[in-house]
Amino acid sequence: MATNDTKIAIVGGGLAGLAAAMRIAEAGHAVDLFSVVPVKRSHSVCAQGGINGAVNTKGEGDSTWEHFDDTVYGGDFLANQPPAKAMCEMAPSIIFLFDRMGVPFSRTKEGLLDFRRFGGTKHHRTAFAGASTGQQLLYALDEQVRRYEAAGKVQKFEHWEMVSLVLDDAQVCRGLIAMNLQSLELKSFPADAVIVATGGPGLVFGKSTNSMVCTGSAVAACYQQGAKYANGEFIQVHPTSIPGEDKLRLMSESARGEGGRVWVPRKPGDSRSPSSIPENERLYFLEEKYPAYGNLVPRDIATREIFQVCIEGKGVAGENQVFLDVTHIPAETLDRKLGAILEIYEMFVGDDPHHVPMRIFPGVHYSMGGLWVDYDQRTNIPGLLAAGECDYSIHGANRLGANSLVSCVYGGFVAAPKAIEYAKNVERNGADGSRIYEQELKRQQEINDSLIKQSGTENQYVLHQEMGKTMTDNVTVVRYNDRLKETDNKLLELMDRYKRISINDSNLWATMALPHARHLDNMLELARVITLGALNRNESRGAHYKPDFPERDDDNFLKTTIAEYSGEGPVISYEPVDVSLIPPRKRDYSKAKKETKTDPAAPRPSAPV
Amino acid sequence: MSAHIQTPKATRVHPKTVEIHIRRRANPDSPQYWERFELPYRPNLNIISCLMDIQKNPVTMEGTRTTPPVWQMNCLEQVCGICTMVINGRARQSCSALVDNLEQPIKLEPMQKFPNVRDQVVDRSRMFDHLKKVNAWIELDGTHDLGPGPRMDQEDVQERYAYSRCMTCGCCLEACPQYEDDQYIGPQAIGQVRLFNMHPSGEMSRDARLEGIMGEDGITNCGNAQNCVKACPMGIPLTRAIYEENRETIVHGLFGWLRG
Repeated sequence: MATNDTKIAIVGGGLAGLAAAMRIAEAGHAVDLFSVVPVKRSHSVCAQGGINGAVNTKGEGDSTWEHFDDTVYGGDFLANQPPAKAMCEMAPSIIFLFDRMGVPFSRTKEGLLDFRRFGGTKHHRTAFAGASTGQQLLYALDEQVRRYEAAGKVQKFEHWEMVSLVLDDAQVCRGLIAMNLQSLELKSFPADAVIVATGGPGLVFGKSTNSMVCTGSAVAACYQQGAKYANGEFIQVHPTSIPGEDKLRLMSESARGEGGRVWVPRKPGDSRSPSSIPENERLYFLEEKYPAYGNLVPRDIATREIFQVCIEGKGVAGENQVFLDVTHIPAETLDRKLGAILEIYEMFVGDDPHHVPMRIFPGVHYSMGGLWVDYDQRTNIPGLLAAGECDYSIHGANRLGANSLVSCVYGGFVAAPKAIEYAKNVERNGADGSRIYEQELKRQQEINDSLIKQSGTENQYVLHQEMGKTMTDNVTVVRYNDRLKETDNKLLELMDRYKRISINDSNLWATMALPHARHLDNMLELARVITLGALNRNESRGAHYKPDFPERDDDNFLKTTIAEYSGEGPVISYEPVDVSLIPPRKRDYSKAKKETKTDPAAPRPSAPV
Repeated sequence: MSAHIQTPKATRVHPKTVEIHIRRRANPDSPQYWERFELPYRPNLNIISCLMDIQKNPVTMEGTRTTPPVWQMNCLEQVCGICTMVINGRARQSCSALVDNLEQPIKLEPMQKFPNVRDQVVDRSRMFDHLKKVNAWIELDGTHDLGPGPRMDQEDVQERYAYSRCMTCGCCLEACPQYEDDQYIGPQAIGQVRLFNMHPSGEMSRDARLEGIMGEDGITNCGNAQNCVKACPMGIPLTRAIYEENRETIVHGLFGWLRG
């Protein structure tokens, strides 16, 4: 087959999707790129802190192996190790490539790339562009893909949403069905391979730090068509978010990376202003309990500690909030290194973090789980690949800060050549082809038609709110089996009530109502995968914590959870984790990971002035 | 960010309700009309939360059931640019527009300088076309591993960083008196020309970018109203970009042929 004859469809235009698009176009192949928003507005823009890579310019003896070890240790040994190792080895070259693409990374006095420290490591390993690294990296890829778009190699379908895959009788992926979000037109798009790169499912929890497009809907469609979903129960709750009515806004880990300190008044309910509470009456609970890592313990630990302090009634003003304090850091440093994120706080809360400690609380942030993929980013459906947050590889039971951007690009860079290789060799369906597209198109049109016709009394936005609340209350930081069972029953009730929603918008042109109804249906499916995965895992590991099973149980659960769709609900099974490179050891952040030298350049909690 | 004025919290008197007037349009071929809505006041409400509230149960102040208002939103942290609309006469992101800082009744309108799709939704695809026209990218030799990029002074990086925060929201074009029907490419694209012309590798393909802003719709259309720089929610020094690139285009126009 002539190389220029292949067509690869990419769904999602964030970092992973654009990384894959750039590589495929560069290799001379045609790409159809689908995105529900203009790709430059994808959720990757929200990543603030930075991108990890062991470039070792600080004389700390960092190495890609050390990065790899931090990644699997931070992930509580649930990640398959070969792809995690491959990512860490690729990471320095990924950072250099972005540097060449013109990303304004912060510099040292010599004009070299500067690196900061992030959670779960003792090394300065995180390259950053102010406090909007995700935005800068996404733009760099957006620019390169636009270059290929101008050259006719990439065709964008923005404001088109994938609603399903097109599978042939042998369950081979032959393309997809997408819906135009203005006209609601459904159309089939044949492709030799499809890469799904649609990000995480934060909206399953109602409010999260995710953008509004992060419904997991496309992934849920793949799952319902036979793609395996892995480790769904591993949901990262970020320790520091700013509670809001419409969303939980992220306060980046870099605030702690640059020396920010988490504390509450020692006296519960102390109503004095934070600046008038003397040092000895403040409880720096992370520093006290974890002297080696202090405020930079991994996210799952910081989250649980903050949650616990609040449950014990020690939260600031007795509410679910603790102080994140950067007021002791010089203003010039704050402006240069954290300017953008501090502005976000001031913009949405009204207080200036230069002078007043921020009030924060944990918020759902990232899904370690996602579509099952092999080490080449291929799902179990031939012709379907996945990359980025929507796949489950790399992060195990917990993701380290600044590993997400690098894993997105890594996933895209691995998926691209594998998709090309597959597309070049796959035999097409020939005359049989048109039938499968027509069938799937008809099935999707019927779903739309019946949703439009429905006239029940249930309100889809109320159902979404109820789902979000029950998931946040019961399937986040602390999990109990009885509540997980109740949650699943609640989800079944919501699925039943979903049948009686009405679209509630008589004007179908550019309506938000029909797409939302389809997302909600898909989100309910994923919610069950997450909940039942959690119910079945009777141990505590990384982000998954059950007080009734407080220890990690490698004998029974050093396994990847696999969920497969059936009409009766998710069917859960397990597969072994590849721990061939680093034998699992107990995760303990109260001590340095290994008794190596302490890091003289690491930010120390300084005494307030 | 610097643009919005905060009333000190203690002196605020909170209203019991929020009154919002929305300028609506069913589709590109139908006329615009206004509808009024009222919802209960809560502290820290932003415009997005208000719209979500109305969407759930779209009933006007007159008690008439209507279609839910349609708008665009994504990051809700003022970095994606998608939720831009005209709020009380000024184009800005609706996620960062807090009710506490707005005079009531709050008036929401779609941006005027772009085709109106429905309600608050506009089509800003021409802004992405501008980026193609000015080659807003670095001409990479390839994405294979060639080591790090050029060394740079942190001060230069910070100047570039300011331009690289442009989220293509369109506030500058909405505010620009010269920008109408895409007859002038406008400050957004010129800021991006500056971003890439400042980069050591980007500078090598500077001429193609300059030619992108030297046509009939080019940089000379700027009337120096300086509205763009005031309207930019990211504080991008757009007038400086226009000044610098205007200078570069003049030099290029005079002496460019010598280098050819």
